Amino acid sequence: MTPNQLMFAIFSAVIIIFSILTVTSRRILRAATYLLFVLVATGGMYFLLRFNYLAAIQLALYAGGIVVLIIFSILLTSHIAEKLEKPGLKKIIPAFLAAAGGALISIATILQHNFPAEVVSGGDRTNITMIAKSLISTEKYGYALPFEVISILLLAAMVGAIILAKKRKD
Amino acid sequence: MNFSIYDFTSFTQWIDKLLYDNLPAFWAVVVEMTIIGLLVLLFYALIGLFLVYAERKVCAFMQNRVGPNRVGPFGFFQTIADLLKLLMKELVYIKNADSLLFNIAPFIVIIASFMAIAAIPFAKGLHAIDFDIGVLYVIAVSSLGVVGILLAGWSSNNKYSLIGAMRSGAQIVSYELSVGLSLVTIIILAGTMQFSAMVEGQANGWFIFKGHIPAFIAFIVFLIASTAETNRGPFDLAEAESELTAGFHTEYSGIKFAFFFLAEYMNMFILASIAATVFLGGWMPFHVGGWEGFNHIMDFIPPFVWYIGKTFFIIWIMMWFKWTFPRLRIDQLLTLEWKYLLPINLVNILIMAFIVLMGWHF
Repeated sequence: MTPNQLMFAIFSAVIIIFSILTVTSRRILRAATYLLFVLVATGGMYFLLRFNYLAAIQLALYAGGIVVLIIFSILLTSHIAEKLEKPGLKKIIPAFLAAAGGALISIATILQHNFPAEVVSGGDRTNITMIAKSLISTEKYGYALPFEVISILLLAAMVGAIILAKKRKD
Repeated sequence: MNFSIYDFTSFTQWIDKLLYDNLPAFWAVVVEMTIIGLLVLLFYALIGLFLVYAERKVCAFMQNRVGPNRVGPFGFFQTIADLLKLLMKELVYIKNADSLLFNIAPFIVIIASFMAIAAIPFAKGLHAIDFDIGVLYVIAVSSLGVVGILLAGWSSNNKYSLIGAMRSGAQIVSYELSVGLSLVTIIILAGTMQFSAMVEGQANGWFIFKGHIPAFIAFIVFLIASTAETNRGPFDLAEAESELTAGFHTEYSGIKFAFFFLAEYMNMFILASIAATVFLGGWMPFHVGGWEGFNHIMDFIPPFVWYIGKTFFIIWIMMWFKWTFPRLRIDQLLTLEWKYLLPINLVNILIMAFIVLMGWHF
């Protein structure tokens, strides 16, 4: 077993175990913490694939940004003694069936797909200059339009949030 | 093996070769990682202890006192005595706390700072991992620490801890922006995010001088924002002693408290060494383009000494901030970030991009 395979096994185990714990935990902040572990392990997986830039973005945005936001909102709204109700059998069975069906479909697709084998030795696979250029390029494989569309979406979301949070005069 | 204190590359490569020649590849990797981990851990502990001592001495100096002076010469072993005391203290069990999160929180904080230290270049060739996205990696990893603080505050089940954690969260999340953007200014100038390439790029002058005024503004903004990000005074309202007893770590005792304490100092060290590397040339000696004789004399001082000297200079500035400015209120803190630092930063990036585009920098 090579060190890479060992790390892959560790990261996959962390991702699987903590994903299950995230959805089964009855304490909401613990669930958020488990989600953090899943996202950090996913970042580790990207490092293993030498997608350094993607890994750092995963850590900064998901682990450092979104999870912090989730924890922040839990901190503001929930009390430490609160526990989520135990779901009844009526909820567990459909949820389990949906999850199992989704897992089956994706596993079947992955097994059927023929991944082209590619061995990359050393170095980084993604070049930041390349990413930056394709992000603002308007040519083929350029992301200028999606980038701008997402900015408009974010702007709309921010304006909406401010209007919702603003005190009304009456 | 030719070993020199000016270039560690041959030394580290010699160790690497020695391990791979004598061990199977798998164990060579394991042993190498263990050695690096232990060295970093040792460095971490020693620097942490020294910084606590330095803080007390600097504070005493600012307040016209003597500071620790009983244990060892000039009180130098005071922090070691403190460490022994903390190690032997009882770990108080909190009955109504969320014990899992309560126990995990200090480790999240300390792991985040421990991961960041791996990417910092200490001297030529003395660099655990040289990512091509070095700066981004350090920023990304150090942003994880805030999760530990928030968890610590909430799981203590104590109103002071919770308020402290909320304040600290709001503060770190907003000031992270300024830290990142001020570094982006220099990334534009350097044209790279790799620490080693950045340091090499400062061989004929540090970026703070090469980038004219925008680089200097970025340096000032970085100093302010990084002081805030480490939760240090004058931005220490997360643990304001007079109002919140001790903020998010009120309920922690013994070595778990020491973890938070150590992580705070190490975060200060990490941010100071980023500032030293990005703005002041890291381990690169003070060079002036064209002055060959002067540059040659400066080269005689080993890179490690340059690195430590610059880092401690910035740490000293941060301590100076802490002991001379009064604490900000939360609204003043957020106004400073969102209404002043952020707009200044954004305009600064534009100016820097314009300067680089016109080729006005050195």
